[in-house]
Amino acid sequence: MKNFSIATRQKQNVSILDIKGELDAHTASHLENALKSLIDEENYSIVVNCSGLDYIASAGLGVFMAYIEDVRSLGGDIKLTNMNDRVYNVFDLLGFPTLYDILRDEEEALESFEN
Amino acid sequence: MAETSNIQTLTVEASTEHLAKVRNFVAAHAEQIGLDQKDVSEIRLAVDEAYTNIIKHAYKNDAKMNVNIEIGSNGEQLWISLMDEGKSFDPSSYNEPDLMQRIKEKKRGGMGVYLIRKLMDQVQYNRTGHTNEIRMVKKL
Repeated sequence: MKNFSIATRQKQNVSILDIKGELDAHTASHLENALKSLIDEENYSIVVNCSGLDYIASAGLGVFMAYIEDVRSLGGDIKLTNMNDRVYNVFDLLGFPTLYDILRDEEEALESFEN
Repeated sequence: MAETSNIQTLTVEASTEHLAKVRNFVAAHAEQIGLDQKDVSEIRLAVDEAYTNIIKHAYKNDAKMNVNIEIGSNGEQLWISLMDEGKSFDPSSYNEPDLMQRIKEKKRGGMGVYLIRKLMDQVQYNRTGHTNEIRMVKKL
């Protein structure tokens, strides 16, 4: 898939997913597989860095909806950072900011996991 | 009477692999008539959601089926129509999604129609014979 890529890295005890490109019903399975692998490996503190994310459709948001309860019930969280305004607007239209921790940057997310 | 400007059409198979192509098709038209980036983004997302719904719900992921897309504009409005011959969609079955409830029930999806209604000024569904049409309008 040319228009979406994902990479995983570890910082302290937090797993960071860097997502780039366009997240839609075609590419959402990539994100889903990456999240699933992290959870299977018992990594429950997850930051999704959206700095390279140009576009998101509801299929992409659906992936975050599918895993947030499990991760939180295991003592972790999925925090989202570095969104551009257009991407944030889609999250906002669907009411995500009240239920998800959407932060300005990765450092803020790492700090909030420490607290 | 408003002057009619160019109408462009695209026929694609009902597969998510064509999503980017469909988005770019409508974005090109919207940019061509001078819409700002915010409007172009909203149109891209609205057509993505409508096309994805057809793939998943009308055609149940049968990529042999086709979707016809038409985009046109005049001085007053831009419209996009998507036509399919799959299972009909009942617009009365649409509800505003309760995000918390969906998360608890581990349901995803069902947000596309809500987004389309938020992004576009007017949305209509028609079924004529075997053809479903969703027509979305943005006022200029």
